[in-house]
Amino acid sequence: MKVAYWPGCVSRGFTPELHGSMAKVAPLLDIDLVPLDRACCSGAGVIAEHSQELADTLNARTFALAQKEIANGADLMMNICSTCQGAQSECQQRLDASADYRAHVNETLAPEGLAYEAGIANKNFLWVLVEEIGLDKLTSLVRRPLTDLRVGPFYGCYIVRPTDRLDISHEQPRDTYLGLVIEALGGTVVDYAGSHKCCGFPIITMNKAASLTQAGRHMGDAKDAEADCVVTPCPLCHLNLDLQQPLAERQVGRTLDMPVLHLPQLVGLALGLSPKELGLQRHVVKPTAVIDWTTSVVGSVGGVAGGKVAAASGASGGSGGGW
Amino acid sequence: MAEFTLRLRRYDPESGDAPYWDEHKVDLEPHRSVLEGILQAKAETDGSIGIRCSCRAAICGSCGVKINGKAGLACHTHLDAALRSSKDGVIEVEPMGNMPVIKDLIVDMDAVHWKKIQRVTPWLLAKEPVPEREYIVPRESMVDVTQTMACIQCGACVSDCLSMEVDPLFIGPAALAKAYRFAGDPRDAQHHERLEDLAEDPHGMYDCTHCFKCIEACPKGVAPMNQIMRLRRKAGHDGINDRNNGNRHERAFVTLVKQGGLLHEAELLPRSLGGDSWFGKFAPPAGLELLDSLPVITRAVLRGKVKPMVALKPHKLAKPDLKQVQRIFDHVDNEEQPYELNLYFGTDEDNAEIPPEPAAETVAPGSEGSSL
Repeated sequence: MKVAYWPGCVSRGFTPELHGSMAKVAPLLDIDLVPLDRACCSGAGVIAEHSQELADTLNARTFALAQKEIANGADLMMNICSTCQGAQSECQQRLDASADYRAHVNETLAPEGLAYEAGIANKNFLWVLVEEIGLDKLTSLVRRPLTDLRVGPFYGCYIVRPTDRLDISHEQPRDTYLGLVIEALGGTVVDYAGSHKCCGFPIITMNKAASLTQAGRHMGDAKDAEADCVVTPCPLCHLNLDLQQPLAERQVGRTLDMPVLHLPQLVGLALGLSPKELGLQRHVVKPTAVIDWTTSVVGSVGGVAGGKVAAASGASGGSGGGW
Repeated sequence: MAEFTLRLRRYDPESGDAPYWDEHKVDLEPHRSVLEGILQAKAETDGSIGIRCSCRAAICGSCGVKINGKAGLACHTHLDAALRSSKDGVIEVEPMGNMPVIKDLIVDMDAVHWKKIQRVTPWLLAKEPVPEREYIVPRESMVDVTQTMACIQCGACVSDCLSMEVDPLFIGPAALAKAYRFAGDPRDAQHHERLEDLAEDPHGMYDCTHCFKCIEACPKGVAPMNQIMRLRRKAGHDGINDRNNGNRHERAFVTLVKQGGLLHEAELLPRSLGGDSWFGKFAPPAGLELLDSLPVITRAVLRGKVKPMVALKPHKLAKPDLKQVQRIFDHVDNEEQPYELNLYFGTDEDNAEIPPEPAAETVAPGSEGSSL
């Protein structure tokens, strides 16, 4: 499939390993990425805080650029950032709701010959995995099943709430997709209190103690539930959970050492890519448990058959050498 | 009729025992409410179950509880819907969060919710002189505060607020929504003072993390988080430069995106703290923060997470695109009245007039026969 690809800002700035791992994983999933390199920041809710119309107009421009790619054969628009998904869905909800408003915004876009037409499909990579590629197909592509790897999902607020805006329902349980993907990749889903909570990042400059307490508490909960790592589709969550983890540890007064993976990295590991190719060495928290797992018996066999045999014989991860 | 199992969180402080769960089977039609289920269990199996309720019609706001982990009104949740959202086929009901439990499902609303409501001066501080008869206000300005007036004080948003979970002093969603009701009322004389008060409070309007939990919890569509964002927007327009870096953060973000089209994260933090200009990072508060974050910065650089060049040199859009983006910024900022669409008042679809039934005469003669 071909997608109009919006990577966002942070995936090319402070979490370059996210954009990098997506580029590595896409061909293995047969996704053709057409980058929207003319589009601008989604505003992450902060531009809307300043002016709702400004945020809506900037994102309408992004949608209009994506619709040009869709007219040229792309199936839909795809992002790799929960926050972009949420901020863009919020703008789209308003733009789609009123023809009058849409006309007003399109008038601002008109000088460059751009116009947004209601109803663009804009999906996070997580939604693309489950809804477009399909879990069965995903499982069939796994070369190194995540056997015995205990993974805690961490969604990020913007991709699970509000449910009506994000079309989350009993029929389309998008707030459970991370668990489904972890299972499809052969891993074990860890249930813990913080999976759908806020990482605290948006208030890091306003109330640092509260922000770091949130990050520290959720990672602590994941650790208490014996997770080897957590996985998130949101690079902003990654900043607070990984980059700031040393400060979060100081705030909550306990050692956490909880590796935080980006979603494409976890998928990449299962599809047989090496931790290095996926940029795992660039995280602030060394993903030792994950690396050990890839070098353990289960991980190093490689092929599906080998992995399954090893898993059946009860070999457990987490016992490999240092990295 | 169908059988449903309710798992209730029980707690009696006078017993000296810890809280515990107990299960009750009730027999009711699936469209009946969780409250009716609880009342049936109370009437038929255990009269000691504590729950507060009154109207049973989602208007008094008494029966706020957590159902399967999410706050809402027990009388406003159907049993079949609750069953669908349960993890194990049992409907789990517990007292609301962020407030102390008095008994079973009854929480102390006075200790948290009402105290916070009082905190925001929830009455009109009228403009002088008070007119002899009523104040005349434009229709639109009252429509603007209607959404916050829909609040029934059930406390569901307070229960689920993730910021309050880690900072109990946070004024919280219900009280801040109430604050907008007066900060947005044209008859009120102290808009600026109200906004300044809530912006300068270290646990005020800038303590909200945009987690949408309150929007999701509210049974009345008040969307407290949206009201908090409107408070922030108003505070920004009023030029309130708060000590919590709230408004500076917003301005720095907007300026950086305008300058580069993409966000330059390395500049955002120092500017949020030090001031919205290139020199911001040299201001003392930015320096202190830098010092505090040194362990993180060192580790990030050592691990190769942040390349010094990326941190210093911002990623930017190509020039023609940046020009387009900047033109949009200027265009919207220069509008006399920004277009602020509020979906609380419905979409095109909701507001469309019902099309008249096609008249019988318009059917072409013969077409009826051919379709048969």
